[in-house]
Amino acid sequence: MTLAAAATAVATDATSMAAESPGFLSPTGVEIAFLLVGVVTFGAAIVTVTTRQLVHAALWLVVTLGGLAVEYLLLTAEFIAWVQVLIYVGSVVVLLLFGLMLTKAPIGRSPDADSGNRWAALTVAVATAAALVWVVVDAFRTTWIDLDGAPAGSTEVTGKALFQNWVLPFEALSVLLLAALVGAIVLSRKAKADATATTASVPGSRSDKGGAR
Amino acid sequence: MHLAYPAVLSALLFCTGLYGVLARRNAILVLMSVELMLNAVNLNLVAFDVWLSRTAEETLHSGQALTLFTIAIAAAEIGIGLAIVLAVYRNRGTSDIDKLRDTAEGPETDGPDGEAHAAEPAAEKAEASA
Repeated sequence: MTLAAAATAVATDATSMAAESPGFLSPTGVEIAFLLVGVVTFGAAIVTVTTRQLVHAALWLVVTLGGLAVEYLLLTAEFIAWVQVLIYVGSVVVLLLFGLMLTKAPIGRSPDADSGNRWAALTVAVATAAALVWVVVDAFRTTWIDLDGAPAGSTEVTGKALFQNWVLPFEALSVLLLAALVGAIVLSRKAKADATATTASVPGSRSDKGGAR
Repeated sequence: MHLAYPAVLSALLFCTGLYGVLARRNAILVLMSVELMLNAVNLNLVAFDVWLSRTAEETLHSGQALTLFTIAIAAAEIGIGLAIVLAVYRNRGTSDIDKLRDTAEGPETDGPDGEAHAAEPAAEKAEASA
């Protein structure tokens, strides 16, 4: 009886201690899922920047962005996750594929996908990764995110924060989107307008006259 | 969850995007790598916002609001960037950023034979427009 009571007391002590200071190597289910999805995401990102087939790079980018959406879901930021799926996977990748198609990208392997300075780029990237990972791990070694309770990024929470405290930047952002829209239209129309202007001024005048006759 | 996991993943994704920006030759692949870097920043913002919303009693949710702003700005950036790339492709017939060296500063363009180098893209441009 006393032994059992002592055992339960020890067990509750152990659980409370584990609850208040989780060890570095005490993975929960969420952590394992985060690590696995993170490995897939990082691998897809590596393939995206190293593959020699341009369309495959765009398709691996879909895997990377989808993996990041799953990571947002695991971090209980639901609204951001669905916005990520809608905007990145839905529209940005489609825009990139249209860009590849309109610039007549080669379908198969293109031998000149990588520039000549790829070893310098690899050196810079590895040095930056080592410095960043070292600093980040050293800084946040003893910090844990509490993922229990209500989700931190549900649509209600995000909407309240966005439309109570961030209304003015939100409206400014809509103006910026409008400016970007107009700018994209102007940029993609200008060359055609110039070409038609030159053709209309030099040989088009004759054809205009011919049409008038 | 340990905060180091999303922070390290975001650092690694950022460096992958950095390698892509430096090593890729096609302009659209460079834009993809820029998207990777922006997504790494987004993951960092979301992770720190979830951490701070439990520990620091902050009610602004600045991390998630800034993530939404970053996503919108990235969408605008990809639209403008693709419009520029298409305009360059229409003018030059290539989207290879190693060949766009009109404004390059270097010893070869300052010398007396800079004219020969400067004549090549002009010829290409004339070909592409003709």
